[in-house]
Amino acid sequence: MKKTGADIFVESLRHEGVKTVFGLPGGVVLKIFDVLCQQKDIELVLTRHEQGAAHMAEGYAKATGKAGVVLVTSGPGMTNIVTGLADAYMDSVPLVAFTGQVSTNLIGNDAFQEADNVGISRPCTKHNVLVKDVNELAQTIKEAFYIATSGRPGPVLVDIPKDVSTEKAEFKYPDQVNLRGYNPTISGNKHQIKQAAEEILKAKKAIIYVGGGAVFSDAADEIRELAEMAQIPVTMTLMGLGSFPGTHPLSLGMLGMHGGYWTNMAMHYSDLLIAVGARFDDRVTGKLSEFCPEARVIHIDIDPTSIKKTFHAHIPIVGDVKAVLRQMNVMLRSMDGNAAEVKAWRAPWLKQINEWKKAHPLTYKQDDKVIKPQFVIERLFELSKHNAIVATDVGQHQMFAAQYFKGTKPRTWLTSGGLGTMGFGFPAALGAQKAFPEKLVLCITSEGSFQMNLQELVTAVEHNLAVKIILLNNGFHGMVRQWQDLFYEGRYSASYLGKIPDFVKLAEAYGILGLRAVKPNEVEAVLKQGLKHKGPVLMDIHTDPFENCYPMIPAGGAHHEMMLEDPPELRHTKKGGAQKRKVDEGEGVLPA
Amino acid sequence: MEHIISVLVENKFGVLARVAGLFSARGYNIESLSVAPTLDPTTSMITIVTAGDDPIIEQIMKQLNKVVEVLTVVDLTETDFLDRETALIKVHTKPEHRDEAIRIADIFRAKIVDSSPTTYTIEITGDVDKVEALINLLKPLGIRDLIRTGRIAIARETTRTTSPRREPALLKS
Repeated sequence: MKKTGADIFVESLRHEGVKTVFGLPGGVVLKIFDVLCQQKDIELVLTRHEQGAAHMAEGYAKATGKAGVVLVTSGPGMTNIVTGLADAYMDSVPLVAFTGQVSTNLIGNDAFQEADNVGISRPCTKHNVLVKDVNELAQTIKEAFYIATSGRPGPVLVDIPKDVSTEKAEFKYPDQVNLRGYNPTISGNKHQIKQAAEEILKAKKAIIYVGGGAVFSDAADEIRELAEMAQIPVTMTLMGLGSFPGTHPLSLGMLGMHGGYWTNMAMHYSDLLIAVGARFDDRVTGKLSEFCPEARVIHIDIDPTSIKKTFHAHIPIVGDVKAVLRQMNVMLRSMDGNAAEVKAWRAPWLKQINEWKKAHPLTYKQDDKVIKPQFVIERLFELSKHNAIVATDVGQHQMFAAQYFKGTKPRTWLTSGGLGTMGFGFPAALGAQKAFPEKLVLCITSEGSFQMNLQELVTAVEHNLAVKIILLNNGFHGMVRQWQDLFYEGRYSASYLGKIPDFVKLAEAYGILGLRAVKPNEVEAVLKQGLKHKGPVLMDIHTDPFENCYPMIPAGGAHHEMMLEDPPELRHTKKGGAQKRKVDEGEGVLPA
Repeated sequence: MEHIISVLVENKFGVLARVAGLFSARGYNIESLSVAPTLDPTTSMITIVTAGDDPIIEQIMKQLNKVVEVLTVVDLTETDFLDRETALIKVHTKPEHRDEAIRIADIFRAKIVDSSPTTYTIEITGDVDKVEALINLLKPLGIRDLIRTGRIAIARETTRTTSPRREPALLKS
């Protein structure tokens, strides 16, 4: 029996095991939405803005490892998801975005709500296709899911013209994909892996540098095995957090621009760098010419373009990091000496790192008048019993969260790393909560980022997504303000957010619980009450507007050139800062 | 250094835009580009002349390979190859220059494919040096219009023993 394109679409999603679609309707996708509402297997989460849908699908995908699915209309519907696509492309998030398109006979005529969806999304998708014939729809959807989730994952856009959704074709969901130009390498070259294993045994000052690729390929167990067997410390990029327990004695936490002093020093003085699913991003490497100057480099990545893109690799290994690490661990186990010997061999290096850590641990000055953001995150980490999915937005709060919320499991840390998308956190948290209704999902955000997608509060209410929003409200675009203090003589151009809404009233307006803490001694109670609450909560926590995030490698600096605290001249100006905040309890609006 | 890269692609809508967009998005240079179907109508061959140091060329090869519709990528400069380009050159021909134009064309075995009272259009096929040498010689006569196809290239059969075929950079990593 023949089916319409819209029926084929829904059937295909069912075959792919899709349970949730995030989206918003419009003229050319009406037929698809009409079919969606007449079935029960696939639930639509109606967002209030398409960007929200894209980030929710990202959050869903990052938390589950499955493809997140977006369905939006043509024109503005599509252009509104571009930020989400670009974000997913940078952070390798498997996403399948379906966009409506005007009927095939109107394409190119500047029809109502027409946009060149495929053209616009080309540079920010792994692959995209305009479906011109309903007979190709099922095959295209099959391939879209396969491409999005295999190899280095990424977003795929499928553009469906209105007439394709209404015309009929025989439906048979294909068993296999037919992509002769696409065949990701999974297992690594044995010879290369052997060489790498030999280097690992030889090295005195080895370090494992783990990126987001390790999370996507579920390599946490293999990394742990390698680290423990060979006694090698592990550092993670912002995207890699969670792939090795932050509380493990061999964990060095995050590296790079706001990484630990001991971590970056260890990078700088290492003699062997084992890069696992990481791409040597500039926020990680700092000044490339002085990055890991003494290290031999083993680089394992499924994407050949990541290897030798910005930094050299002595032993490149193309393959899925989980598969490669498995191969490597087997080899190492057969080569390795006894455990005591290995421990003794690595001991001086681990001792040196420990000394660096003792000399300059992560630190901040607690205050009894004003709330320190680091304090909030530390308490949150403890109170959530180290067991939560955390989504963050972008900026200072994100870096504080990366430093102080020591995630222990992969897929529990959802953040926008590559693109640095403010507004990502809240919808991403909703997407994760949708996937795991029983889990504790936190959204650590700030007043700047949160206001970029706060319209989704109503989506949270509608679907009872009990996300706990911890809003670190410092009245500034904090990271911008920090850079202006450090590099622009304290001229706060457009970083001071003069008028800020009353977030407690805002929460109440949407029908959710709003809480506020303005003094350090109120933090504990607010966090406890918020975390205990059954539904969504917005906790407005007023933090020190002038707190800076350290350590910091200034842009273009090298790993051993970290700033560890405010320079003296800055401490002076901050004291007399003109925009020192007067906390006005009850109002929640920061005075100018 | 200059490289000639042959990219075999699926003959589908938007593939050329994807390949060209990859070069512009990453700041790679395209010196010339030619596209035409192959014997198999489902595929096309894109010939790209580009320039860059070894790491850049390695990235270009890898990035091209990453495109889903790209089937194979070969850097012909790594092998022994033949390349050709065709140009159509329309030169002004004052009466006293008409013989000179024919003489120059003859030397290069170029053909005069069109003539008007004031112009000749000369067709030349050859490697880049030859085409450019002809253009330089015709310049003094006055070139009114010039169109070049961009280069196409093909690997020589590797029965010869000289210049062993090197492994393409891509396979090494």
